[in-house]
Amino acid sequence: MMAITLFGAAVIVFVVIRIVPGNPIAMMLPPGATDEDIARLTAHYGLDKSIPEQFVVWLTGVLQGDFGTSISLRQPVMPLVLGRLPATLELSIFALVLAVIIGGAMALTGTRFRGGRTEAVIDVANGAGLSIPDFLWALVLILTLGVLYPVFHISGRISPSLDLPFTTQFYAFESILRLRFDLWWDLLKHMFMPALALAIPLAAIIGQLLKQSLKETMHLDYVVLARTKGYGENHVILFEALRNAVLPTLTLIGVQFTFLIGGTVIIERLFSYEGLGNMAIDAVINRDLPLIQGIVLVFALLFTVVNLVVDLTYALLNPRLRHA
Amino acid sequence: MTPFLQIENLSAVIRGTSDRLLRSVSLEVNSGEVCGLVGESGAGKSMIGKAVLGILPAAVEIAEGQVQLDDEDLLAMPQADRRRLIGAKAALIPQDPLTALNPSRRIGPQITDRLIDILGWTRRDAANRAAELLDEVHIDNPQRVLASYPHELSGGMRQRVLIASAFAANPKLVIADEPTTALDVTVQKQILRLIREMQERHGTAMLFVTHDLGVVSKVCQRLTVLFAGKVIEQADVADFYAGPRHGYSKALLAATPKFTEPFTSLMPVDRAVITAVTAEIEAADGAWHHG
Ligand SMILES: Nc1ncnc2c1ncn2[C@@H]1O[C@H](COP(=O)(O)OP(=O)(O)OP(=O)(O)O)[C@@H](O)[C@H]1O
Ligand SMILES: [Mg+2]
Repeated sequence: MMAITLFGAAVIVFVVIRIVPGNPIAMMLPPGATDEDIARLTAHYGLDKSIPEQFVVWLTGVLQGDFGTSISLRQPVMPLVLGRLPATLELSIFALVLAVIIGGAMALTGTRFRGGRTEAVIDVANGAGLSIPDFLWALVLILTLGVLYPVFHISGRISPSLDLPFTTQFYAFESILRLRFDLWWDLLKHMFMPALALAIPLAAIIGQLLKQSLKETMHLDYVVLARTKGYGENHVILFEALRNAVLPTLTLIGVQFTFLIGGTVIIERLFSYEGLGNMAIDAVINRDLPLIQGIVLVFALLFTVVNLVVDLTYALLNPRLRHA
Repeated sequence: MTPFLQIENLSAVIRGTSDRLLRSVSLEVNSGEVCGLVGESGAGKSMIGKAVLGILPAAVEIAEGQVQLDDEDLLAMPQADRRRLIGAKAALIPQDPLTALNPSRRIGPQITDRLIDILGWTRRDAANRAAELLDEVHIDNPQRVLASYPHELSGGMRQRVLIASAFAANPKLVIADEPTTALDVTVQKQILRLIREMQERHGTAMLFVTHDLGVVSKVCQRLTVLFAGKVIEQADVADFYAGPRHGYSKALLAATPKFTEPFTSLMPVDRAVITAVTAEIEAADGAWHHG
């Protein structure tokens, strides 16, 4: 199933990026290169063959672990992509955590004080979160917490002046393992705004949907019965309603998280964050076909993994599916 | 001696209106006594139980009256205190066992939670008590059931679990809200017998809500007849079956199938009687609105 999805994604991207106008070879040669130079280099990268032929060559390479060579960076694609992937993963997962915390808090607070002014305020906040896209939130954040009150860094992944002891690209994760909280703090100050921009729309969706399903759950017989046992509203919401109310939200979080990962492309660009998305934009500008192809494949793989994780979590939380 | 549960002049309205769902209801349940609460669908039987237990729907509010549980004025207390008091002294056997258990929690904790959290028992004591209770409600292999999820049990089993849970904290009052209506006919009798058995063993007072006068005669010592949220008649069961005083009660009794003809279904109550009692209530309502 996963293989079919990935294959489909590979085919579509492969064809599309070769149909759209723009010649990668012409872009890499200095002005004044002759047509012959261009033709020779085009043949060198195999771009003179028909699209199906190119695809067969590419796929044969991929199956042997060779994803080709980046035209603009002149390095093998896979090491390039894998070098950037951890930065994007850390950003996306941090954004997801923020979204779950913010959205969850709004849903729980809204349910606890349902029908009152607090809920109305939360509804308005959710509406704003939903109707403004992530890149506009990014601009708002840059202007406020970046420029007006410069609390956070607006550019890059880590301050260039720092010595990096890292052996992996998972900087934030590794800095915790190494107990280098000074580095972790610096990473956080860089990651916070892009992550928050990505998180806000998802937080709003979680807030709205989870509140809705919590409120419905609060009327169910077993929740009412728990009240007669002597429990207060906080306990009833957290320990009786929440777990059942989370289930419908969970599937949606999975789908929305893949959108969030897609959003990293623009957000990383806006914050000059050295991740996969930022690299993707460079690759597209340079018409770097092998690199685009590699990045897309990794994104597609990420999406399928997210969906798999969601399905597993759902089964874990729902006792009716656990033994099946 | 004052009654264990004393409801006085209780009126409940739809929030923000003067539409009464309960009309100056007064009702008493003495310690150890089983009281029937009878009426047609929509009469407000469940509403009385909910008002006592503090679980009225958000759209309903209490307009006047008092509810005293064990000499404490429930409506005058802060919500958290009221819930704890109710959790310690009263319990509900709900109508529908299929929806009254949390689908994502195991049976064991659903029985023991209040013992541990509200009454401060140790986990071990609570677990032993749960096993003992399942034994009392005639469930074989209690340990297996305690570790099960609700969907792994039949409807009858789940109602047994809920009965066990209701009696877990040795409540002084149990409110049973049509505890057999949602069950299969063959299971209904067993569950009814079980509730009676548990009530006798624990000496619990009980408010037994039903629309079936046939059941009342078997289970209750006294009964209250309700129509449109108003108490129509209160009597000892023996006196009531010998001859109800109110016209509506008579019609209701006449509509109840005799035990000798178990397969006749419930008949509708005579229309003329309903018209008469409705007029009576409207007159009283007029007085309430202007008084
Ligand atoms: N959430 C609610 N909001 C407003 N009115 C309600 C609500 N729930 C019930 N009612 C009304 O309250 C009245 C009494 O309902 P109640 O559930 O107490 O009836 P009942 O005697 O228990 O009937 P049944 O035998 O069907 O259970 C009904 O007229 C019903 O329409
Ligand atoms: Mg009812």
